[in-house]
Amino acid sequence: MAAASARRPRLAVWKFASCDGCQLSLLDCEDELLMVAERIEIAYFPEAARRMLPGPYDLSLVEGSITTPADAERIQRVRRQSRRLVTIGACATAGGIQALRNFADIREYAAAVYPYPEYLETLATSTPISAHVPVDFELRGCPIDKGQLLEVIKAFLADRKPAVPGHSVCIDCKRRGNVCVMVASGTPCLGPVTHTGCGAICPSYDRGCYGCFGPVAGANTAALAKEFAALGVARRDIARLFQTFNAAAGAFRDEAERHGD
Amino acid sequence: MATRQHSILTIDGVAALLDALRRRGYRVIGPTVRDQAIVYDDITSLADLPRGWTDEQGAGRYRLARRDDDAVFGFAVGPHSWKKFLHSPAQRLWRTERSADGVRIIAEPVSAKPLAFVGVRSCELHAIAIQDRVLLEGAYPDQHYRARREAAFLVAVNCTEPGGTCFCASMNTGPKALGGYDLALTEIAAEGERRFAVDVGSAAGSGLLAELPHRAATPGETAAAEAAIAGATGRMGRAMPDADEVPALLRRNLDHPRWEEVADRCLTCGNCTMVCPTCFCTTVEDVASLDGSASEHVQHWDSCFTMDFSYLHGGSVRASPRSRYRQWMTHKLSTWWDQFGTSGCVGCGRCISWCPVGIDITEEVAAIRGSDSAARGREG
Ligand code: SF4
Ligand code: SF4
Ligand code: SF4
Repeated sequence: MAAASARRPRLAVWKFASCDGCQLSLLDCEDELLMVAERIEIAYFPEAARRMLPGPYDLSLVEGSITTPADAERIQRVRRQSRRLVTIGACATAGGIQALRNFADIREYAAAVYPYPEYLETLATSTPISAHVPVDFELRGCPIDKGQLLEVIKAFLADRKPAVPGHSVCIDCKRRGNVCVMVASGTPCLGPVTHTGCGAICPSYDRGCYGCFGPVAGANTAALAKEFAALGVARRDIARLFQTFNAAAGAFRDEAERHGD
Repeated sequence: MATRQHSILTIDGVAALLDALRRRGYRVIGPTVRDQAIVYDDITSLADLPRGWTDEQGAGRYRLARRDDDAVFGFAVGPHSWKKFLHSPAQRLWRTERSADGVRIIAEPVSAKPLAFVGVRSCELHAIAIQDRVLLEGAYPDQHYRARREAAFLVAVNCTEPGGTCFCASMNTGPKALGGYDLALTEIAAEGERRFAVDVGSAAGSGLLAELPHRAATPGETAAAEAAIAGATGRMGRAMPDADEVPALLRRNLDHPRWEEVADRCLTCGNCTMVCPTCFCTTVEDVASLDGSASEHVQHWDSCFTMDFSYLHGGSVRASPRSRYRQWMTHKLSTWWDQFGTSGCVGCGRCISWCPVGIDITEEVAAIRGSDSAARGREG
């Protein structure tokens, strides 16, 4: 093992357009947090510590999407200072719920929400970090799962690939012994096309999966949408099911568009 | 087959059976109503059994329903199978601890509490026998499975109410349990009460029955039990067409256009493999502590429908949904014979009911068979 005197790797946590929930997952690691702090120097984490050390950083965790011209430039600076850059959460990985603007006119939204929209400087779209800079690993979820976050940090410390599986939510749902809400109650569920991460929380409480972790690789959303229609879900509601936290993620975006007006 | 001498238990006899199992130190597991389905879970008394309940099943559809009588076992199989208990969805295998003296490897002890299963159907007895073959007869028997399996007490229940997706009759795996149990019950209604004709399948079964209030069956009761099972044979919701020929049929149709069509519908979600009582594949996840001082190695159910499953250096071997569905179905029905000398399918119908889009293994076989000239010729 590395000698105690070896320099601890330096961690930075960055926020772009987001709700802060994913960074909070790191603080939520209560039991493990002290151990993390022992192994890693928390050099820049404005949400948690007043002391902010300058870069370069060994590991940058990036939360949030790019929605302003200033942020589009800032992410370039973050990347230049970061040896490894990991995006955390649906915003950073897929554009987040705010990517609903991608399918509408941002000026109309701004006019409806702000009394003086002319003071806003914003982009027409919300885009994931990977649309702007190279990303070393994308951790999904709205919010991310703290167990997976710890795994990413542990993998970074051991210089190995994070063991984050890529199967559907259904696999976890069945491992838990849940009764399928689609089959037994006719409740629409995005589990079959959604990436694992949450441990199938919603179906465990008799609700359909909301797709917080975004589409699984090769998601057959068209076949699932057809089944939703057979269950009696209206066309507009099918589009809405796919248009939440991962609205701009490939397969979900395409399926919502196929069910547009 | 000669009719064996049955004994008869009343409903109180079934209650006494549950008590006797518990007294002997078994964890008693059986069918019970939970979350809109009949699942397998811990049973403490007769009241936990799904008395008066049944299920209505079709492709991608399961509905819990009330019966118009108070039958105790008047339903077919549900989302769970006994593999949940014998071949656990999550099983720690070993862990490590690092100290000044080096790394210590600690094997996971096998679980000690013996299990008693109440309500094991004939298809499920066959499925357990298949998992025995796979998990115990290879070069590396699964110690955890072995410990639970060898200690388990099985109370079978002959099917008298097959489901809409059942097809055991065409797979020669039911509805009557022919062996592999300790006791087998057949539920009949007589003189306004529920009675249970009992077959003894082992010395342990015989010993337990001796402790229960029972009497010899009348010829009428034995005939009623046989008739109830025979009636079930004729009421299966589905059938596997020409089951004996299916291994060869699939072998010569690996490039059939039907694989592409089913792949268009398949979500590759893996539900069919999770609910299948014979599917046995697992993956092992290694979990290390932050400081690298300890690790755990946990086996989880896995599925040939995931991309990770066939991932080798550079990518997944079975990247297309077509290749994954074909792998699953040809293994179940064809290459399982080459590998283990039996079918990998017992006709329980779970994969049909619990597929969110209702893909039906019997229908897929029928479609391939329908355009196979050799199979059509045999009909001629
Ligand atoms: S409830 Fe949803 S996640 Fe669970 S098995 Fe059914 S479709 Fe999959
Ligand atoms: S056949 Fe059905 S249950 Fe199986 S992977 Fe395909 S969609 Fe899922
Ligand atoms: S393949 Fe389907 S019908 Fe056959 S044993 Fe498995 S779940 Fe049951």
